[in-house]
Amino acid sequence: MSKVWYIMLLGSISALLFTDPGKAVTAMVAGSHASVKLAIELAALYGFWLGFFGIIEKTGLADKLGRLLRRPVRFLFPGLNENGCKYVTMNMAANLLGLGNASTPMAIKAIGEMDTGSTRASQNMIMLMVISSTSLQLLPTTVIGLRATHGSANPVDFLLPATIATIISTVTGIALVKLIGMFVRKKSAKKERKKQTAPLPLAVKAK
Amino acid sequence: MTAYIIPLIFITVLVLAAIKKKDSYSAFTQGARGALSLMASVFPYLLTIMMAVEVFKQSGVSYYLSKAASPVMNFLGIPRELTELMLIRPLSGAGAIGVLENVYTQYGVDTYIGKCASVIYGSSETVFYISTIYFSQSNVKKLGYAIPVALFSTLLGCVIGCRIAFYI
Repeated sequence: MSKVWYIMLLGSISALLFTDPGKAVTAMVAGSHASVKLAIELAALYGFWLGFFGIIEKTGLADKLGRLLRRPVRFLFPGLNENGCKYVTMNMAANLLGLGNASTPMAIKAIGEMDTGSTRASQNMIMLMVISSTSLQLLPTTVIGLRATHGSANPVDFLLPATIATIISTVTGIALVKLIGMFVRKKSAKKERKKQTAPLPLAVKAK
Repeated sequence: MTAYIIPLIFITVLVLAAIKKKDSYSAFTQGARGALSLMASVFPYLLTIMMAVEVFKQSGVSYYLSKAASPVMNFLGIPRELTELMLIRPLSGAGAIGVLENVYTQYGVDTYIGKCASVIYGSSETVFYISTIYFSQSNVKKLGYAIPVALFSTLLGCVIGCRIAFYI
């Protein structure tokens, strides 16, 4: 991300240098401005959904849902603890309902449960990120609303291809993460074996 | 029909809380307590991304970049008019909505292009945004293969979704 950000920013400002140098600062400030607006909006949404999640948690519903979906969650996130399972389940439920803003705080909490203090993302973290960002979504409410306001004759007729696209992207994402995870583990196992066998020939030579 | 789902979930949860004799009011405030501190840790990332995306769009670089990338999109079966949407979508949700609205007014909602745009927006997510926000409270800096896998899977889904939209 940091590289993408750097190239994007440097490229854009350099381009503006030749076309419209006065615009650079205006645009950057406009973007920052928009982020504050969004932050306030998001803070309200996070507060609302976290509050609602507080009730769900108190009633024991979150635990029940987590237990119900334990098998698939354990398959996707091996070794995840109870709390992590609960957050992941709530994250997926919110995503499925098209509540992207409700799913974000749950995901941050889930990542917190997976955190070991390492700077490298674990396979479970990558899995969570890939599943969320391939948009496991059954009801893209935003698009339906936008289509309706733009006078579509049938605002929901894109749902079939969109749903198929989501399923394909999510399944592909899960399969790739699992495959790469397996490959990475094999590679590191090989490396370790090499480390163990490496000193031997040296010892023979020394004799 | 779908409008009923969320209110019904709320009613179920509230009634369940009453049956279990739990205080919904204090549970809600307790939960909402974390919102501002969560926002405080997310905000710097939010600002950093949105600042850069805005210059990226206003400088016209995104426009020319999508022009350059449009033959590739065309080859994949995605209408070339939607290249900018594909480019902005992983970066910023609000930015992509702006592009989507432009597509709707320029080409119409119920045309093939309009439908494809809906499929692309509805079946994808802000990959880069998610990747920074999700990890904003952890020490993780190296995401490994997460972003390439997410982008590739999304692209594959969009390509197939647009193909299907063609026949509907």
